Amino acid sequence: MSTLSEQLLHRIRDAHRRRKLNWWERAYLPAIAQGLWLTSAHFWRNLFLHLAHRVGLFRHIPAAVTIQYPDQLRPTSPRLRTRHRLTKREDGTPRCVACMMCETVCPARCIYIVAGEHPDPNVEKFPKSFDLDLGLCVYCGFCVEACPEDAIRMDTQRHDIAAYSRDGMWLDIKELLNPGSRTFTDPPQKFVQLELEEFKQLPPSPAPPPPGTSAIPYGRD
Amino acid sequence: MWVELAIKLGVSALVLGGVLNFAGMQTWLERKQSALMQDRIGANRAYFTVPWWLGGAPVNWLLRKLGGLGILNAIADVLKLLTKEDFIPAAGDRFLHTLAPLLSVFFAVMAFTAVPIGPPVEWLNRTIPLQVSNINAGLLFILALASIGTYGVILAGMTSGNNLATIGGLRAASQMLAYEIALGVSLIGAIICYGTLDLGLIVERQGALLWGWLPAWGVFFQPLACVIFMTAALAETKRIPFDLPEGEPEIIGYFTEYSGMKFGLFFLTDFVEVVLVSALTTTLFFGGWQVPYLLPDGFHFPWAEAVIPLPHLAYVGLGVLSFTVKVVGFIWFFMLIRWTLPRFRYDQLMHLGWKILFPLSLANIVVTGVLVVAAR
Repeated sequence: MSTLSEQLLHRIRDAHRRRKLNWWERAYLPAIAQGLWLTSAHFWRNLFLHLAHRVGLFRHIPAAVTIQYPDQLRPTSPRLRTRHRLTKREDGTPRCVACMMCETVCPARCIYIVAGEHPDPNVEKFPKSFDLDLGLCVYCGFCVEACPEDAIRMDTQRHDIAAYSRDGMWLDIKELLNPGSRTFTDPPQKFVQLELEEFKQLPPSPAPPPPGTSAIPYGRD
Repeated sequence: MWVELAIKLGVSALVLGGVLNFAGMQTWLERKQSALMQDRIGANRAYFTVPWWLGGAPVNWLLRKLGGLGILNAIADVLKLLTKEDFIPAAGDRFLHTLAPLLSVFFAVMAFTAVPIGPPVEWLNRTIPLQVSNINAGLLFILALASIGTYGVILAGMTSGNNLATIGGLRAASQMLAYEIALGVSLIGAIICYGTLDLGLIVERQGALLWGWLPAWGVFFQPLACVIFMTAALAETKRIPFDLPEGEPEIIGYFTEYSGMKFGLFFLTDFVEVVLVSALTTTLFFGGWQVPYLLPDGFHFPWAEAVIPLPHLAYVGLGVLSFTVKVVGFIWFFMLIRWTLPRFRYDQLMHLGWKILFPLSLANIVVTGVLVVAAR
């Protein structure tokens, strides 16, 4: 009676042993014919579908698995963490109370907040500037989890981020409040400070696209 | 005499133009067919626009459509190859290094001179054979040129001043030698059946009918020779699954030290050889320009007494069309094989060539000889 480990070893050896081919398989030609049958079936099926698509038939059956990237966007997972945004109060000022939780928890140390005093004693503080360096960000989402005010979210569905310089990856508070308002080729504005009244003058931010879809890539809207 | 020369030049231009266009369009076929076989879309981005004095908007619309089909990629390929640096290694031989790709493509194109592309045209009391040169040993001529083509490959490897390329050239030579023999020997059975080496006569003899209904194509007499010939010919074209001489992604092949259009010529040779192999398979085993049941005066269907008459030029046109369709079909088939099978290992390649195809083709000669003598 062999032990369990011996049996396991035996099984592994068995699985690794090459199966002996029978004469039909060794003749090689039937296997080639099978392979050619498979690939040519794909060829004719896709050719037919492509032609049918041209005249508007069978549109619901795709002829290729390709997603033509800049023209077609791939659906994303609903849980995907995408670029950050800051949420707003009803009067247009940021919800952020400059508690520094996100700046503290950030493992990449890519968030920089300058706090100002809020006139409302229940709010106490607001961010004069809120900067985020995407070149450092690791997309861990800790800032979103740490935030007690639901002021920062990662749901803009923007994930195609490219810039010509490291400074181009810098997000200032205007961009964070209104994602997509500037292109990454613009010269960066680091540590832009705004007063409470100036926040109200900023354009209203559009709602981000629903989860699972992609936002329009930069430079194409 | 001048008329004869003009006719020959015209036929040559027809054949050369056809061959080079088929070879060039294979870059398109390669991209698109592989894409369709693998559920992809394939090349569809390359296009360019022309200014108004070259046609403007309507031409641009057409170019856009052609670009969407990926056809303009062929032009982009050529532009890219022509504008690249023409590199000759310092240790290489300048003259032979330049000569090698030219030799390679020259002999591949030359082989087409013996291939009949259509029935002889009767026009103004002249019989114009649609064949560049009516060589009475055309089959041997083609085999000889295919063998000389190997020189281009060996020269390319030897004159590159690169030891690995030299080894690549030798590897190519030994592969082509191994398969050249199976190629030639497999054809002896067919020669026994037809009793001639003249490709024009071989095609004419395939116009008969077996038992009154089956076209007397070579493939029905020599099925084994057909399979051996196609396998060996595929190895001659040096494409997957027999692309050990080249092995672009991994192995260092004979054309490693070539750049620009010289490399392009080696690529063109491959494509021309695919057309050649398709044309030869058609000519030798699939009736050449013959259309089943079509005789010079019209269709003779075995199930109908009446003859459907056809004018002479329509007969010629159908013949050329039949040849073209068959050749295109075989190009498609070889491309299908190229995108289906993985590459052989070198020992498997030699095993297949020397130990399987060669004895099989010898056995085929014996069996064919016995059967032909018994049937007499």
